[in-house]
Amino acid sequence: MSAIPRPLTGARVGVVVFPGTNCDRDTVAAVEACGGRAEAIWHGDAASLERWDAIILPGGFAHGDALRAGAIARFSPVMARVIEFAHAGRPVLGICNGFQVLLECGLLPGAMLRNDSLQFRAGWVHCRVEAASLFTPLEAVGSVLRLPIAHGEGNYVPAPDDAPTVILRYCDAAGQISAAANPNGSAQGIAGIARGSVLGLMPHPERACDPLLGSTDGQLLFRSLLRALVEA
Amino acid sequence: MTAVNAPAPPGPLTSMEEAQVRELLGREPNALELALFGAMWSEHCCYKSSRHLLSRLPKEAPQVLVPAGEENAGVVDVGDGLAVAMKIESHNHPSAVEPYQGAATGVGGIVRDIFTMGARPIALLNSLRFGFPNARRNRYLLSRVVAGIGDYGNCLGIPTIGGELFFDGTYDGNPLVNAMCVGLLRHDQLVRAAASGEGNLLLLLGNATGRDGLNGATFASVSLGEQSLAQRPAVQVGSPFLEKLLIEACLELLAGSLLVGLQDLGAAGLTGSGVEAAHRAHSGVEIDVAAVSRSEEGLTPLEVMLSESQERMLAVVRPGDVAAVRQVLDHWGLRSDVIGRVIARPLLRVLEGRSLCAEVPIDALTEQAPSYVWPEAAPREMRATASLPAEPLELLAHPNVCSRAWVARQYDQTVQAATVATDGADAALVRLPGSRRALALCTDGNFGSSDPYLAGALAVAEATRNVSCTGATPWALTNCLNLGSPEQPAGAWELARTVDGIADAARALNVPVISGNVSLYNEAAAAGPDATGDGGFPGMTRIRPTPVIGMLGLLDDVGQACTIGFKRAGDVIVLLGPLGGPLDLAAEVAVQRACRDAIAQGWLHSAHDCAEGGLLVALAECCLRGGLGARICIETPALDVLAESPSRIVVSLAEEDLPRLSGTPVLRLGTVAGDRLDISTASAPVCSLGLEDMRHAWEGGLERWLTESSAPA
Repeated sequence: MSAIPRPLTGARVGVVVFPGTNCDRDTVAAVEACGGRAEAIWHGDAASLERWDAIILPGGFAHGDALRAGAIARFSPVMARVIEFAHAGRPVLGICNGFQVLLECGLLPGAMLRNDSLQFRAGWVHCRVEAASLFTPLEAVGSVLRLPIAHGEGNYVPAPDDAPTVILRYCDAAGQISAAANPNGSAQGIAGIARGSVLGLMPHPERACDPLLGSTDGQLLFRSLLRALVEA
Repeated sequence: MTAVNAPAPPGPLTSMEEAQVRELLGREPNALELALFGAMWSEHCCYKSSRHLLSRLPKEAPQVLVPAGEENAGVVDVGDGLAVAMKIESHNHPSAVEPYQGAATGVGGIVRDIFTMGARPIALLNSLRFGFPNARRNRYLLSRVVAGIGDYGNCLGIPTIGGELFFDGTYDGNPLVNAMCVGLLRHDQLVRAAASGEGNLLLLLGNATGRDGLNGATFASVSLGEQSLAQRPAVQVGSPFLEKLLIEACLELLAGSLLVGLQDLGAAGLTGSGVEAAHRAHSGVEIDVAAVSRSEEGLTPLEVMLSESQERMLAVVRPGDVAAVRQVLDHWGLRSDVIGRVIARPLLRVLEGRSLCAEVPIDALTEQAPSYVWPEAAPREMRATASLPAEPLELLAHPNVCSRAWVARQYDQTVQAATVATDGADAALVRLPGSRRALALCTDGNFGSSDPYLAGALAVAEATRNVSCTGATPWALTNCLNLGSPEQPAGAWELARTVDGIADAARALNVPVISGNVSLYNEAAAAGPDATGDGGFPGMTRIRPTPVIGMLGLLDDVGQACTIGFKRAGDVIVLLGPLGGPLDLAAEVAVQRACRDAIAQGWLHSAHDCAEGGLLVALAECCLRGGLGARICIETPALDVLAESPSRIVVSLAEEDLPRLSGTPVLRLGTVAGDRLDISTASAPVCSLGLEDMRHAWEGGLERWLTESSAPA
């Protein structure tokens, strides 16, 4: 993606750390590389999130994924504040395990099953941007992003009668949706969904912000968010 | 088949050793004291059959900060004030009886060895050996071992970036699971695992103590037999979630200078941990087993002292710092018990409340442990290597040659956002923070040689060659010696020859050995035609000597890293190195230097080591990774495309740069062209393989066995 000309300094992003979160440091680094300011927030901290412009729930295995991914994390003290924050229309991004937490706490509809292979799946996937959101600008709709995945429970099942806005779908390099391009059996190839100011996705954009790591497509999401915050 | 004349069950001391204990103590030991000696004098803890050999390995080099044998892992300087801690370790026997937990806790143990040093774990690698996948049990062992390694490392958020996998009949019943961890630290963060300072307190952190893993150290030090499955309780159960909390808490405590020393609990549990920490500080420790939190009731002092419950650390803390330490541990939700203190007299004192249960000199458990030089004799005949098929597509699909993607896709390789993306390289590359520099990492064993000396030397040669093929300079190695019982002359001979091979090659290639592990007694009750009876225990199959090398290389500019895929149609393809013949270490040094120099100058387009399946497979992999074909004409009768001779690298480059290659034999093979791999000799065509046919054979090789529905019966 083309570089955004204006500096995106100033926006403050809180990155929630649950016990077992393991992508917090990568996520903080990615936000800062994209021009924002990021800091960790401990899950046990129930203080107001007023000082933050956006909240990210990063990847990992919160509480060891006991019971099922995200099932315990939704009860962490910080989550009541995250829910208020989202209900106030402010941006919340859940990545991988963070997406699973957003489903468990009801900020996003639907649920995750284990991958249809019944195995953990890691590797690079392509995702097509399906709709505009705070994290995906209108001009990016239809474009194909190359991002890494690493999860055991990414097989998304939509809630009956509560269809979310699909933001990302797994596709091949040419942008075609197919079963072969779907790494986990997710319904309709769904990789990311949004509702209001909340986005959840299984791929890891924070690991795709440096050409040496194989892709810079992840910057699209962070830069879109930071631009929206600076312009707000 | 029942094993006869199997070694004595883990009793675990011989009568001679018991007499030695009596002499050292000057009195009759009690049952607990005997058990402490049994654990600390096991091969797993004191290397009693290998110690005299390990001194042959080269350990000194200017970059070495912590040499082999001193601490839980070796440490080398990597420049810019940074250092790398690394070690490889086996978890073979646990994985044979309970593959998922055996492999998972193997990862957990090696990770603790690394963060104990003050290093943040940044990469995991492994080396795996199984019997051929046509047997259902071998497929089960492989799939559960891979799941165990993946689930543990994935949860910790440490990328599993490399490894190797081989199949051979001698691993039926005794698979090998070696795990390697690499950690990064600043020089000033280095900590020693020493229990120093009389009056300092011992804090046991993490998991509660139970009966899991009881006698694990002695279980690891005898051969596997029919009774082994009944030893599942000797296998530990892992919790990667708890380990992740321990990593974060311990690194925070170390950063705050709140710890005097830190030691993980591994083999022989609290005993091994306390004794090693005291030994390093020339001090003693007093441990009250009653203060240890338990996960089950009714544990005896012996069980507490020898439990190998996972995810526990022993911290040495100044009394005034306990409150501050507890504050950090509380934050991470971790349990801690003050279980004892450092004492001046070099003794291990075990108390239960006020009553003294055992009192043993630290030296008696460590320095004075027996050291055996077993009689050596070459086996009557060398074991032949299982031959690979000659038909090219069958060769590419063979379990020992085909793609390992089925394994790799179960491992998170990109977490920590430092894994350099490549189209396939002979070593994995991890970028160092804030610089263009990178670490090149790989594991290698040599599979082709039945001579243990060559197996050791070739493993070092191949591992260094692999990092050199990326452009990195070989910098340090860690080794895991997987062998059969040294109590049989053939086994002792194999052990000594293997160590000599590693030592000679490491010296020639100028790479220090900074850590390692010895796993002996890898043999299992034979079932079927693989029973050799060649000087081993009758009815037991001793594994093929399997030295595994974990290699670290340093790359100055990650942007210049070389990968294996052909890049450009029209490039010339060249074989660097001798055409054939036995291993010549001077030739090995020369070919690696020539390759590194060319990469550093920026005009080499690809480089790939010739390994299993010889030149044919190397060329096929360069084609597949690059998505380009090749036209090869071999005019030298001395060159056999299937031969696996050492010290050879396939490179591609622009025609005009060809004269710049120097310092090693250079043979022009052909050009990058089209979408087929065509190989011919002066007299006749050898093969003509379409890219898609090769891809189908190579990529599907493992999956055909491991996808349940399609597995051949």
